[in-house]
Amino acid sequence: MSDSIIEIKNVNKWFGDFQVLKDINLEVQQKQKIVVCGPSGSGKSTLIRCINRLEEHQEGNIIVDGNELTEDTKDIEKIRAEVGMVFQQFNLFPHLSILDNCTLAPIWVKKMPKKEAEELAMNQLKQVQIVDQANKFPGQLSGGQQQRCAIARALCMQPKIMLFDEPTSALDPEMIKEVLDAMVNLAKQGMTMIVVTHEMGFAKEVADEVIFMDEGMIVEKANTKEFFANPKSDRTKLFLSQIL
Amino acid sequence: MNKLNFLKPDKENLTTYLYSGAFLFLIAILDVFLGAFFEINITSFLPDFISFILPFILGVVGLHLIRIEFSGINNLDLLNKKINTNNFNAVLTLLIIFIIIKSIPPIMSWFVLDANIAGDTKEACTGSGACWTYIKIWLRRFVYGMYPNELQWRINISFVLLIALAFVGYFATEKLKKFLTLYYVIIYPIIAFILIYYLISGGAFGLVWVETGAWGGLSLTFIVSFFCLIFCFPLGMFLALGRRSVLPTVRYISIGFIEFWRGVPLITVLFMSSVMFPMFLPEDFFMDKLVRVIIAISLFEAAYVAEVIRGGLQALPRGQYDAAKSLGMGYWKMHIFVILPQALKLVIPGIANTFLALVKDTPLIFVVGLLEIVGMLNLAKTNPKWLGFAMEGYVFAAIIFWIICYAMSRYSQNLELKYKTER
Repeated sequence: MSDSIIEIKNVNKWFGDFQVLKDINLEVQQKQKIVVCGPSGSGKSTLIRCINRLEEHQEGNIIVDGNELTEDTKDIEKIRAEVGMVFQQFNLFPHLSILDNCTLAPIWVKKMPKKEAEELAMNQLKQVQIVDQANKFPGQLSGGQQQRCAIARALCMQPKIMLFDEPTSALDPEMIKEVLDAMVNLAKQGMTMIVVTHEMGFAKEVADEVIFMDEGMIVEKANTKEFFANPKSDRTKLFLSQIL
Repeated sequence: MNKLNFLKPDKENLTTYLYSGAFLFLIAILDVFLGAFFEINITSFLPDFISFILPFILGVVGLHLIRIEFSGINNLDLLNKKINTNNFNAVLTLLIIFIIIKSIPPIMSWFVLDANIAGDTKEACTGSGACWTYIKIWLRRFVYGMYPNELQWRINISFVLLIALAFVGYFATEKLKKFLTLYYVIIYPIIAFILIYYLISGGAFGLVWVETGAWGGLSLTFIVSFFCLIFCFPLGMFLALGRRSVLPTVRYISIGFIEFWRGVPLITVLFMSSVMFPMFLPEDFFMDKLVRVIIAISLFEAAYVAEVIRGGLQALPRGQYDAAKSLGMGYWKMHIFVILPQALKLVIPGIANTFLALVKDTPLIFVVGLLEIVGMLNLAKTNPKWLGFAMEGYVFAAIIFWIICYAMSRYSQNLELKYKTER
């Protein structure tokens, strides 16, 4: 396929003796939204961390936007700049204001003029509705606001792909919705997204495909409707019965 | 009126207990005070031992009587809570109060009342207290060392200029703010070096050359501390990063360097720098003794600074690295903008600790023949005309060092407050 933006072929990864990823194959098309779910310790986070090489895989190929990720990929920073990531623990920079969090990378990585970067950042903050918090520090914001800021920060790099690593798992229930709303919004604008989450409501609303992982393997991969309507493997059925 | 029970003071007869307790307590204080300041013993009619112990007994009983919980009087409650919670604390409180009262007269008499400052020979010191005349006469030497008297304005001017240049940051416009780090880390040390080299050392622009052997006293303490501080900090930072590098060569060199310098005593390092080091240099290569000493101390302290900073780096959650990387920042950008600002903030107390130790280690440069303030003191106290004033000299040095170190300590606390952010 010519417009597949991420290709993962036969990827294996070990942490010491423990194999976390077993023969993973996955292709993501442009503008496709994929939700990855599964029990904890199944390798979902590791998989998406491999896509921007926060983790290194030992076997197989990962090709992101035409560049293969290997040990001697010179421009790993360039690839990372095109792949935004949102973390479970937000990971905002606590010593910088919300606005500076958003402008730091555009100014220093993309060499954007400060004024332009600030305009862009304010725009993104407006999208996630925390523009009024721009001059506060992360420690002064609620979890939901912090996570929305983290989304805005990633978007300020104008990435082609967005990775979400359990973005709502560290949040209070009432804050989950505001973050999910921001993500749904983003999906509607046509962003390519890979989301690790347990929010099945979000999956049903947004995802084109759902992937179920267990013990480092992709157990089931199907389009959303089919995945929820008639899951094939017993493991998936069990998981769904517990989570829904 | 309710029945009084002196074993259990209560709120109902508050005023009775309060007045009797306060009265006993004040009598106790008065007794010690009169004894210490006027050598009058108002209880001399009692046997010696009882006369000695009486203030304690009166004080403890007095404090016992005023120990009334929830009395409704704010100050009394506060007092009871802080220094009078039980009999043991009452005894400690009394002990401390008595020791302070007892020690004021001798200290005052040594420092001020029986001290001499007039005159300009040893014979002027007739009192039993300190001989500040000695400090007064030698002050120039203590501050400027053997630097010629008529040239000392050069030291003064260069110090004033250095201090003025250090405050440039306060006047920088918004546009120039981003160059401040560059200024302080690179430009300022270079300016400082040039200033000190040409102004204090001389030898150019019609200024007489003064060899570093003649430098000394407090000004030398400042010069050595100043340069060592500004050199050892960046070096320590790079070593800390190097020790955590993924490149084995860089990492092992950093580890080797740090462990080497941490493993040898400073006095040996200084000795080596002056005796051994020149042997390895080519014949015609000359490096000033002071420069060698500054390099040696900087390298030595850099190893300590490195370990302190490494502690800060390790305290940062991994997520900060992940987030910076995921935004496309490379190693240096990540460290300069995200990691180091946070790590350095965490280790301000540790860095201040190391820097204080550095300042207090400077007297060790006497082993290579450089005499900063303590060195000059040792020299002065062996002067045949001024024998017997070691005490005054060391007290003077202690006060000077205390002022310097306390100022640094306060400054570091201010920095901590300034950069404090909620996590």
